[in-house]
Amino acid sequence: MRLGAKPRATGDAFIQCAHCRKTLFRREFEQNLDVCTHCNHHHRLGAAKRIEITFDPETFIELDQDLRSVDPLLFPDYRQKLADAETKTGMNDSIVSGMAKLNDQEVSIAVSNFAFMGGSMGSVAGEKITRTLERAADSRIPAIVFCTSGGARMQEGLLSLMQMAKTTAAVERCRAAGAPYIAVFTDPTMAGVLASYASVADVILAEPKSLIGFAGARVSKQAQVTKVPDGFQTAEFVAKVGMLDRVVHRRDLRRTLSSLCRMLAGGRK
Amino acid sequence: MAAKSWKEWERPLLELEQSLAQLRARIAQEPEHRREELLAKVAEYERRRDQHIQVKYSRLGPWEKVLVARAEPRPYTLDYINAIFEEFLELDGDRLYGSDHAIVGGPALLHGQAVMVVGHQKGRDIQDRQYRNFAMSKPEGYRKAIRLFEMADRFGLPVITFVDTPAADPGVESESRGISEAIASSMLCMFGLRVPVVSIVIGEGGSGGAIGIACANVVLMQEHAIYSVIPPEGCAAILWRKPEEGPKAAAALKLTATSALEFDLIDRIVEEPFGGAHRDPLAAAEKVQEALMTSLQALDAMSPDALKAQRYEKFRKMGRFAEAVLAESRD
Repeated sequence: MRLGAKPRATGDAFIQCAHCRKTLFRREFEQNLDVCTHCNHHHRLGAAKRIEITFDPETFIELDQDLRSVDPLLFPDYRQKLADAETKTGMNDSIVSGMAKLNDQEVSIAVSNFAFMGGSMGSVAGEKITRTLERAADSRIPAIVFCTSGGARMQEGLLSLMQMAKTTAAVERCRAAGAPYIAVFTDPTMAGVLASYASVADVILAEPKSLIGFAGARVSKQAQVTKVPDGFQTAEFVAKVGMLDRVVHRRDLRRTLSSLCRMLAGGRK
Repeated sequence: MAAKSWKEWERPLLELEQSLAQLRARIAQEPEHRREELLAKVAEYERRRDQHIQVKYSRLGPWEKVLVARAEPRPYTLDYINAIFEEFLELDGDRLYGSDHAIVGGPALLHGQAVMVVGHQKGRDIQDRQYRNFAMSKPEGYRKAIRLFEMADRFGLPVITFVDTPAADPGVESESRGISEAIASSMLCMFGLRVPVVSIVIGEGGSGGAIGIACANVVLMQEHAIYSVIPPEGCAAILWRKPEEGPKAAAALKLTATSALEFDLIDRIVEEPFGGAHRDPLAAAEKVQEALMTSLQALDAMSPDALKAQRYEKFRKMGRFAEAVLAESRD
């Protein structure tokens, strides 16, 4: 079962849940952080809203905002797709990175936006994640990364694959420096992103029912993977098999992250 | 219409080689006076074969590289290990769950120098292919690799990895035991190593499954090997919903050794014998051995810290993007 991603607007005051299709008051829905008040379905969030609901108000300073994707392979339609994504999201690429405060504690953060080419990781996303982790390592402060991605960006070919190595190397740097790194898996967190920096965080949290997996449905189909267990590749499944720490409701994320950052950064120096 | 397999693509050449072999076998049985005539014919066939190889192999397109990289008779990791190292002792098990046959590894001797070898292993016949799971490793394979990398680090053994996998195993089992975590942890482990690491892509460098054991100080690639973020058929399936558009995707993905070198993602292309590694596996092994030895020698003088730092910097620089300074034009 594939969960719907976007709520549908039905007039100014109402919105329809993408999962249970119930009509909700828009204001109530938004106050509930885009989580359905009936079925608890967590709708996907854009990067700006994610930052707004997670970190201390007006503490976010965006960095690396001048990084832009180029088309190194001259891949068919890539430039057009980039331009469309920019128009659609108002972002330069799939990741927003910078510094913010969480209950007054300074943190280095990166937030992925699925609406920008499926949150895919090309050279820019890889560079931003790497810088985010390096800033955390250099200042020995926590790094928090909100993941949502279909995987590596095919349009940058092998350059994208190498971002898996590059970002993972930066995690090694955080570990060596003693900077805590927390990843939050949101719907969906897949393939090349899951199989690199995302899966080697010190602590992994996930939003309920998020799709989390190595092989996408179309790849699985090609590989003739047919029978799958119930709830396969959901956050709950991934938690059950021991691959993440906690499935956390969106309204509890800020508190959980804050608590983790305090404790993990509070060791003996 | 592009060929779908290496066999189909090389068929005229294979047929020529077959006739040549038959002809050679016949010569011994023929009477003396017929031999000269047949020898001339052999020479003519050989000339035609060489010409054919010359034409076919001098302009391999990206899709043809995919076919050759996947060719069944192409030497695999264990073929190279047997040809290159004086001694090799395979070790197995991840000490956590099970044994994986898609990745092999163990200590080996290279010109008297002890090293740790890890590589993907394909199978040659149907049974063997199943046994090797088509070189698609499950989490256990990567966890075994980690075990061997860490052991190498403890004992100061340089690490050599052979990369040849279509992809990591995408099945339910692998997913349930954390294939993503296993790949990521293997990379993480490699970046922490304080010994020299050399990787060589000898066939298919298939996405996460490949980079999982290829975070090296020096990355080599054989002339007809491929290295790609996604198999071309998978790319075509996702982008155009047409897996049969593999040839088009292969061209777009720039998955050849020449492109990888152009984008500074590998250090050196290792030449293959005339007509590909599968035409002369021993000659191919000699070239691989020379490249491995040269690479290790170049890293020999580096301190453990310098090796780690060089590996970090090497991958740190990978990527192509623009960083426009728009600050001034903004106000």
